[in-house]
Amino acid sequence: MLKVEETQPVEFSSALTVKFEEITSRYPEGKQKSALLPVLHEVQAELGWLSPAAMDKVAAYLKIEPIEVYEVASFYSMYFLKPQGKFVLEVCRTGPCCLVGAEKLMDHIENSLGVKEGEVTPDGLFSWRGVECLAACGFGPVLQIGPEYTFYENLDAEKVDTLIAELRKK
Amino acid sequence: MARKLLLEHINVPGIHTLDVYRQKGGYRAVEKALKTLTPDEVVEEVKKSGLRGRGGAGFPTGMKWSFLAKPEGVARYLVCNADESEPGTFKDRYLMTHIPHALIEGMIVASYALGAKTSYIYVRGEMMPQIRILERAIAEAKSAGFLGKNILGSGYDLELYVQPGGGAYICGEETALLESLEGKRGNPRIKPPFPAIAGLYGCPTVVNNVESIAAVVPIINDGGDEYMKIGIGRSTGTKLISASGNLVRPGVYEIELGLPVEEFIYSDEYCGGIANGKRLKATVAGGSSVPVLPANLTLKLANGEPRLMSYESLSEGGFATGTMMGSGGFIAFDEDQCMVRNTWNFARFYHHESCGQCSPCREGTGWMEKVLHRIEYGHGKMSDIDLLVDVAKKIEGNTICPLGDAAAWPVASAIRHFRDEFEWHVREPLKSLETNYGIAKYAEPIAKPEVTTEN
Repeated sequence: MLKVEETQPVEFSSALTVKFEEITSRYPEGKQKSALLPVLHEVQAELGWLSPAAMDKVAAYLKIEPIEVYEVASFYSMYFLKPQGKFVLEVCRTGPCCLVGAEKLMDHIENSLGVKEGEVTPDGLFSWRGVECLAACGFGPVLQIGPEYTFYENLDAEKVDTLIAELRKK
Repeated sequence: MARKLLLEHINVPGIHTLDVYRQKGGYRAVEKALKTLTPDEVVEEVKKSGLRGRGGAGFPTGMKWSFLAKPEGVARYLVCNADESEPGTFKDRYLMTHIPHALIEGMIVASYALGAKTSYIYVRGEMMPQIRILERAIAEAKSAGFLGKNILGSGYDLELYVQPGGGAYICGEETALLESLEGKRGNPRIKPPFPAIAGLYGCPTVVNNVESIAAVVPIINDGGDEYMKIGIGRSTGTKLISASGNLVRPGVYEIELGLPVEEFIYSDEYCGGIANGKRLKATVAGGSSVPVLPANLTLKLANGEPRLMSYESLSEGGFATGTMMGSGGFIAFDEDQCMVRNTWNFARFYHHESCGQCSPCREGTGWMEKVLHRIEYGHGKMSDIDLLVDVAKKIEGNTICPLGDAAAWPVASAIRHFRDEFEWHVREPLKSLETNYGIAKYAEPIAKPEVTTEN
């Protein structure tokens, strides 16, 4: 079971702060808030999700109010506000993918992993969810896995099982 | 074979690298524009070409550029909209994956034309692999002297950055995109002021789709007049069509505008017909937001003439018998597909993606999803069908941005053309859970239009 102390302070690695600096340099003087979305992606890639403590730290870094970070993190669907599995399988569930079997594929993933959408497997390795159109409709069904957002196309039950088995070995 | 302007070299090994891209004539447009043309002359060529916005609205790109305000001492921005999220559309991902330099070259020429010194490519966050591809390509272009200070000795400076989104369909709407680029929630702004007057950081800004920007390259290379010769009427040039659904060969195709829809679906040069030997039931011709059409109206206009892949022909007949070009997301449904289920799926999508600012959209999309869900799962009432039409009508035109219309049109059009299938779901709740309504009369030749006289 995953146990999380939400109030636990977080530390950002020095590699992360170097990235922050590179990102903020892309915008004009005084417009560093523009860095918020890319910075949150970097934080999530390092920590796996965005805890309130991590978001507060981002706010301090960008010199904005914490609420400005919370409202953005809760608006966009890519940011996780609670811990996820190490691998999050995000399956496209929108119209065109459903025409070629996305719904069956999601049922299959639920059975294979033994957890419902949004839940984490007991070993902490996997969670999965349906997401909206991933702009690969001609190659459906598709799924992606963060933080690199590696993309898998033309899937079926067999291919997904092979993928899950490979990820287990990592 | 049709002419290809954007995807001509798509199968050349290594075309994603600067070297191979240049061997195939890449960056000629940058040289030509920066060394021989003034910014206004570039705008003029694009105007002459008749290029229309490829993101969905179809607004003339050159005209959009000419609206850009140019107050003294104020920065101007070009922002590329690569937030491709319209269900059925995947052409921009394809282009950025395989020929990233086509977009970067277009960005340099367009930025020069608009006088932008800093430009951004806003890519949807899920496309991290494409973001890395673009960043690599930008670094290559910069070390070759196509970006940075004093490009090719012209005195023109440009910095180009890639900005990731966070996963929100609404950020494809240009003012929501600008909000997002400023680090905020993607809530669309009230227009006016338009971005051309007050866009990014309150400065004059042009927002263009990936494909529109890439099309600037052949327009500058060959001239606007040459581009205008391709296509039909006011639908000039070539267009990338994303074909998905139950087709033999789904994928991205570059077509000359004016191609008959029937040829696009059935010829071996394009989609190769309907998969598994099935028959075509319906299509969504321009991404999920445009009205769905039954097979017969997809292939032919109401007067029996063939329908063409062009802005005008696709919208011929208005919403009664036509649809829209939109983003070119062409979704084909075979005879086994259920129109109620698909409409519910799209309604759920729009409910999920509504930003929540305007109550007609925030509440209405939720109601439509709920009512469609109960019809699909056998709990519908006959009155629900008119209720859906009513809700759709009350959303349409009553919201800040076009997401409301985009949510209303698929529902309204599905009921307009497939009402008998919705009624069947209500009448036969148990049967509709097990079997599908089938193709009914949707593929039959169009009946002669009835002449009615109003009293």
